[in-house]
Amino acid sequence: MSKQMTRRDFLKATMLAGAGLASASILNACAPATTAPAPTTAPAQPTVPAVVKTPGDQFSWQRFKGEKIEALLIKNTQGDIMVKNLKEFEDLTGITVGADQPAEQQQRQKLAVEFASGATSFDVVYYSFHVQKRLFGKNKWVTDIRDYLKDPTMTAPEFDWDDFSAAGKAWATEADGRIDALPNKIDYFIIYCNKELFAAKNVALPKTYDDVVNAAKTLHDPSKNVYGFAGRGLKNANTILWTSMLLGWDMDAIDSKLTLNTTSPDAIECAKLYQNLMKNYAPAGVGGFNWNECQSAFALGQVAMWWDGLGFATPLEDPKTSKVVGKVAYVVAPKGPKAQWAGMTGDGMGISNFSKKKGAAWYFSMWAASKGLLAKSFAQGSGAQARNSVYTNADALKSLLVPKEWVDGVVNSGKIGRPTLPIIVPVTEFRDIFGVALNNMIGGADPATELKKAQDEFKPILDKSEA
Amino acid sequence: MKRKKAYSRKGAYTWFIVPALVAIFAVIVFPWIFTLWMSLNDWRIGAESKFIGAENFTTLATNARFLSTIPRTFYFTILAVILPVILGVFAAEVFHQNFPLRGFLRGVYIAPMMATPVAIALVFTMMFQPQVGVLNYFLSLVGIPKSLWVYAADTVIPTLALVEVWQWTPLVMLIVLGALASLPTEPYESAVIDGANQWQMFRYITFPLILPFLMIAIIIRTIDALKSFDIIYVISQGGPGTASETINLYLYLQAFSFLQVGHSSAVVVVFFVIILALALTLLYARERLRWNQ
Repeated sequence: MSKQMTRRDFLKATMLAGAGLASASILNACAPATTAPAPTTAPAQPTVPAVVKTPGDQFSWQRFKGEKIEALLIKNTQGDIMVKNLKEFEDLTGITVGADQPAEQQQRQKLAVEFASGATSFDVVYYSFHVQKRLFGKNKWVTDIRDYLKDPTMTAPEFDWDDFSAAGKAWATEADGRIDALPNKIDYFIIYCNKELFAAKNVALPKTYDDVVNAAKTLHDPSKNVYGFAGRGLKNANTILWTSMLLGWDMDAIDSKLTLNTTSPDAIECAKLYQNLMKNYAPAGVGGFNWNECQSAFALGQVAMWWDGLGFATPLEDPKTSKVVGKVAYVVAPKGPKAQWAGMTGDGMGISNFSKKKGAAWYFSMWAASKGLLAKSFAQGSGAQARNSVYTNADALKSLLVPKEWVDGVVNSGKIGRPTLPIIVPVTEFRDIFGVALNNMIGGADPATELKKAQDEFKPILDKSEA
Repeated sequence: MKRKKAYSRKGAYTWFIVPALVAIFAVIVFPWIFTLWMSLNDWRIGAESKFIGAENFTTLATNARFLSTIPRTFYFTILAVILPVILGVFAAEVFHQNFPLRGFLRGVYIAPMMATPVAIALVFTMMFQPQVGVLNYFLSLVGIPKSLWVYAADTVIPTLALVEVWQWTPLVMLIVLGALASLPTEPYESAVIDGANQWQMFRYITFPLILPFLMIAIIIRTIDALKSFDIIYVISQGGPGTASETINLYLYLQAFSFLQVGHSSAVVVVFFVIILALALTLLYARERLRWNQ
């Protein structure tokens, strides 16, 4: 009765098995997405991984020798310097690093999607506190590093946590005391002034908001292709300029109690200042300008004042890309009607809470925020570094590619630094919605009406995100 | 007995389509079902997902920003379809003639099609810069006032369409060139004998005969222009303000900047319906215009 398997039977069986396997694969692929698309419960609290301690419980950079980690960085100067010096870390630790440097926007998207999926392809990540701090903190996506900092076998003796600036530590610390990252770079909003244009009309560098307006008015001469002021006009990018200006009224757009101050009389006054400078004294088309267009116009010597982050000194002082080399004054954010604050943003290095190589990732974070590496970044004019010691580092100061005046601007800004964007989850929506309003103001729309419209649109989003 | 054998063979063959069905389900049907499902949920990445039925769609129906993207998308699409069609037909007529270096010049003409859109966008961004861009320099040479190009709300869409026209006119030219090569010569011989001039021959013979091919070009261009993203995103990011925010840009913003998966999925569904309706209309028009069945 036994039946021999024919070729046709074999094909049938193969197809059935194939179809079965394919279906199973699809179901497996679908499962995480349909069952747990967005984990909201926090992963287990981080613990120091069990490691073989070195004799005498001493710290050793070689503890995780042989491990391989993935670092997700950003395509910026800071990321470039890390990648350029990666061999130094690999030789020091014996840890191999795969470093990826996507553009900032794409990196942020990748982070959100991978973290939400509950599995990350990276172990350590460079991220922006002013954009992602609340989102990451709320979901506990990055590891609390306090255990590492407390453990002398895990933290290099020369690391020196106290060397980090107060602003950097504040950025990295959550409201409940968790420290989610090592601060790496702090950026302040300053005003780049073209000293030659100021001197030509005998105008003093601005110290107050009124000075800014008066200087813009005096120096603005479109017939000679000279504009009094430039700043970000493109939606989303422009919001940070307005919120930085608003600090001069001693006001956050959204305070720590999540109160929206965006239609307050001061916020409207600030929007009028933004409108006045951008509509009347900026180059035509400024409504489409991001920092790069402002930088081009300023580097060509066409703009008297440009209010932006302080990380642009290097291209402005490079004769290959700039006509204003040696002519730039780096002016600390001027005094507003009620206060003097420099709008501040910050970046840092966090360890993925889903990483299985947290020890090695922590070592990479330490190295990336080490005195040596941050001094190298500082020497290249890559924004303000999160460590105080870099500003007195003789080697860094000697090899500085930017003028000493810029360093003074950084140090003085550090004394009056204040976060310029609200620490909320929907910070991108905030920037986008108010960015549209500000852009409309450049076109002549009424500031009070635009701010009211933007607040009405944004408030439900904020309420929902914090519910 | 013979009949039974034929039936069983048919049954066995049926299994051969299973891999294809599985593949289609995995890459086409499942993503659609999942997108539809997500559009019925309130889900922001990093927050809990909640089923809300059709609320995302009703919100879209009253969302002024989304609604404003629809006419803007059509405005851009019309410019990015009509201009390449007109210029493409003209170019095809030129390249259909015999002249020295015709082959080489055809190659040069279709070069923009081969360029990467992002690279094109970056080059055009520099050219459009109002203060230092080369286009305003050229305008100044002939005494025309400077334009703000993509830096002003009223010129941004035509300017972006200009980039699309530059890149995709060669595609229309290639399609029409193929059509011209396939046309019968007899009607032209008759027309010459009847004393028709060049315009009359184009208007009454060439144009009706190439119309079905033109419809193909229009369908391809319409779908392409509707979903155009890279050029707009790189050059203007939807700005100034929201002046160049098309449906695709809005969708991208919601999905990848705001991480609003549910809301953006609803936009995908609406966008799909719009594209489907347009494609079916154009396909119907093409069937009506066919002469070579």
